[in-house]
Amino acid sequence: MKRLVILGAGTAGTMLANRLVKLPEWDEWHLTVIDATREHYYQPGFLLLPFGVYRPDEIVRPKRYYLPAGAEVLFAEVERIRPDRKHVELVDGRRVPYDVLIIATGAHIHPEETPGLMAHEWHRSIHTFYDFEGAVALAKALRAFRGGRLVVNVVEMPIKCPVAPLEFVFLADWYFTGRGLRDRVEIVYATPLPGAFTRPKAAEMLGNLLEERRIHVVPEFNVMEVDPDRRLLRSYDEQEVEYDLLVSVPLHMGAEAIARSEMGDELNFVPTDRHTLLAKGHDDIFVLGDATDLPTSKAGSVAHFQVDTFVENFRRYVDGLELLPLFDGHANCFVETGYGKGVLIDFNYDVEPLPGTFPLPGIGPMPLLRESPVNHWGKLLFHWMYWNVLLRGHELPIPAQLSLAGKDVEVAR
Amino acid sequence: MTAVTTAKTLSELHVKLDPEGFLVDPNEWTPEVAQLIAQEEGIELTDRHWEVINFVRAYYEEHGEPPTLRAITKRGGVPTKELYQLFPKGPAKKVARIAGLGKPRGCI
Repeated sequence: MKRLVILGAGTAGTMLANRLVKLPEWDEWHLTVIDATREHYYQPGFLLLPFGVYRPDEIVRPKRYYLPAGAEVLFAEVERIRPDRKHVELVDGRRVPYDVLIIATGAHIHPEETPGLMAHEWHRSIHTFYDFEGAVALAKALRAFRGGRLVVNVVEMPIKCPVAPLEFVFLADWYFTGRGLRDRVEIVYATPLPGAFTRPKAAEMLGNLLEERRIHVVPEFNVMEVDPDRRLLRSYDEQEVEYDLLVSVPLHMGAEAIARSEMGDELNFVPTDRHTLLAKGHDDIFVLGDATDLPTSKAGSVAHFQVDTFVENFRRYVDGLELLPLFDGHANCFVETGYGKGVLIDFNYDVEPLPGTFPLPGIGPMPLLRESPVNHWGKLLFHWMYWNVLLRGHELPIPAQLSLAGKDVEVAR
Repeated sequence: MTAVTTAKTLSELHVKLDPEGFLVDPNEWTPEVAQLIAQEEGIELTDRHWEVINFVRAYYEEHGEPPTLRAITKRGGVPTKELYQLFPKGPAKKVARIAGLGKPRGCI
């Protein structure tokens, strides 16, 4: 038996495990999945939980339940990968040999990297919705908030689901309007990027949404430190932004085991081939999901399309055929804009988000890059699909590569 | 590299810029172009500036994206505070512009 080892049982690792065991070639392979923690979180739920859309128990399930019955699952911390010896060393001393290794160790937040963020006001006046505990604490803080200045700050790119902070400010506008408090709440979005919308078509189509919703954007704000007592953010160029309630999107980094293995960049993301997903400099290690350094979104849809292309290439790999450049950076995201509406965007490495309809050209039912109630229902339906279709490795009728059919390419010119 | 004469203007060099002043095609970049854009930004390029610019261009060749500030500080070895002194008010954007790369962008 040949051995395939997956590091990480998150969205990418779990989907991949379920897809692999369905392959006709799989008889000759043994699957080991290694992860340090036992809970699988529905991460898109972290955005909606603070606003009371989900209860905490709706977005967490046991990881083991979603992994194939035949897989060997080790709940253990990885010490380091030894590509020279083709094995993985665990912190408890065990060694797990592999013929093919999949790194799907994800990205995690590091609030401790920003001075002042994780001090005595953490989970009091300073919050995040980028982990489960943070989202639960923020739900309470929002319910208790009676008015003042709400600041959402992205510390640094890249982050998971790059539209989520923007969605958060839209949802906050809706939430406080519903509670009759909107006139007493000032909403500020401070981002290191040159603006809230940086892609030309998205800026053109959606740029006025922020003004309509009375959301103030502070662009090019690179936070240096937080003063939790004076309740202000200070940037490297000495700008200050005051807050009453701070929602931070902290620095993201890849797994520490990647750093211990000396396989990562300055943020522990693994240099990865853009199209084959091979770890650069290796011919038996692939990287999927948020663990890569690829210039596409760190998002579940991207992981899904990566898994699709990887499975096709894996079948070529075991037959000794050359890998095809199948992955095109495809991402497909719902953007919640509040008031029961959402915007759907579809893009890849080379194609901007464009207006049009999705998935069927001219029919939809979902319009692209335009606010619509249909997209919001699509997102809620997605919660069910995530647990019952996607993680289980059932295929979706959406091609892995981006299709220009149904997109208004004239607009792009 | 610092002693490039800047007699010509950007339009005389036939370099295409987008509405925000970023190079449309990074392949049209030359050190002379960098000098001219820097002049527009009110920055006189020193050896230290060039270290950053060369790092940023090399990073772009490898990754297909301009580096984040952290990548410049950690891998390029220039502290964040110094980057703000070299390229005041938005170093990520200014470096990208002078190095002939597109504006740093998010997903939408």
